[in-house]
Amino acid sequence: MYIVIAGGGKVGANLARTLLRLDHEVTLIEQRQDRYEELEEELEHQVQRGDATEIYVLERAGIARPPDLVLAATGDDEDNIVICQIAREKYGVPKVIARVNDPRNQPHFDLLGIAPTVSATSNIMALVEHEVPQHGLIHLLDLKTENLEIVEVEIGEGSPSAGKTVERLKLPSDSRLISVSRDGQAEIAVGSTTLKPGDRVLAILKPGREDEFRRALLKH
Amino acid sequence: MKAVVVGCGRVGSRVARQLERSGWDVTVIDENEEALARLGENWAGGFIVGHGMDLAVLREAGIDEADAAVVATNGDNTNLVIGQVAQQRFNINCVVVRILDPARAEFYATRGLRTVCPTSSAISVLTEAVGSCGVPTRERVTA
Repeated sequence: MYIVIAGGGKVGANLARTLLRLDHEVTLIEQRQDRYEELEEELEHQVQRGDATEIYVLERAGIARPPDLVLAATGDDEDNIVICQIAREKYGVPKVIARVNDPRNQPHFDLLGIAPTVSATSNIMALVEHEVPQHGLIHLLDLKTENLEIVEVEIGEGSPSAGKTVERLKLPSDSRLISVSRDGQAEIAVGSTTLKPGDRVLAILKPGREDEFRRALLKH
Repeated sequence: MKAVVVGCGRVGSRVARQLERSGWDVTVIDENEEALARLGENWAGGFIVGHGMDLAVLREAGIDEADAAVVATNGDNTNLVIGQVAQQRFNINCVVVRILDPARAEFYATRGLRTVCPTSSAISVLTEAVGSCGVPTRERVTA
């Protein structure tokens, strides 16, 4: 693949190194002269100096080919938004990935349709939520290789899911119910299984989805 | 008529004062508290200290009820994002954005953002000014 990376900080530079090791063609764009010189010693012609929100800088980096992927990894969210918009809408780059530095700017990325985005704060928060035991959700098993986990919940009297069939639940996309235990008897959860208060439900989901999952099943 | 002006530099502050003088209800946003001085001693409009990309700051400035937004901070990309947020999140029809880079100004203009590019204006004014100096034209000598 041909990949253009905007921003040669720790994130951008390490992405460039990794992608080059995987035999991709990479151009890294870095604005600061001192940082550029450091990178240039290592990456030679694969790094260019300039402001990646300037159209002529992007063109010099081959944005018109267009690249298969543009990674907007600068430390400024407004710059990352503009880079993605120019790449996608002016040059038809099929895929962009943007770094979000300040999670308060996430709504701007969402509003302007820039996805996927990566934010260190949000990722760490998802892990924190995963580690901290949460009311109503018992963590049973981590499937490390699959990056999935199995949890158990008990359906309460006032749960929005009580009295509903499994197919009518608005579960997060990365989750499935496995089984429903009632009066010591367990059954595989299918679309037509109706949940009742007191049921113990096993579910499989992606780490980080716990909160959404709990909301769908346990509280309004 | 309510206007929010983001950025209280030389440009933003003067636009705010002129709008205010012609009857607009104006609130100005700037990160720097000292920028308030640019609006003059008898400034009757609002002034909020904060960053224009912060939705809470925009709301505090009354963006929900605004009929117009003028975005003129000193960063082109900041202006482009705030302008699009005003237009698309707060549904303001009249959004004008100051962009110094002619290439970005032109691209975002094609996407429906009203961009004003002082650089382009200066280029044409200066070129025309040279033309209007009355310097006698000479035949170009070709080798």
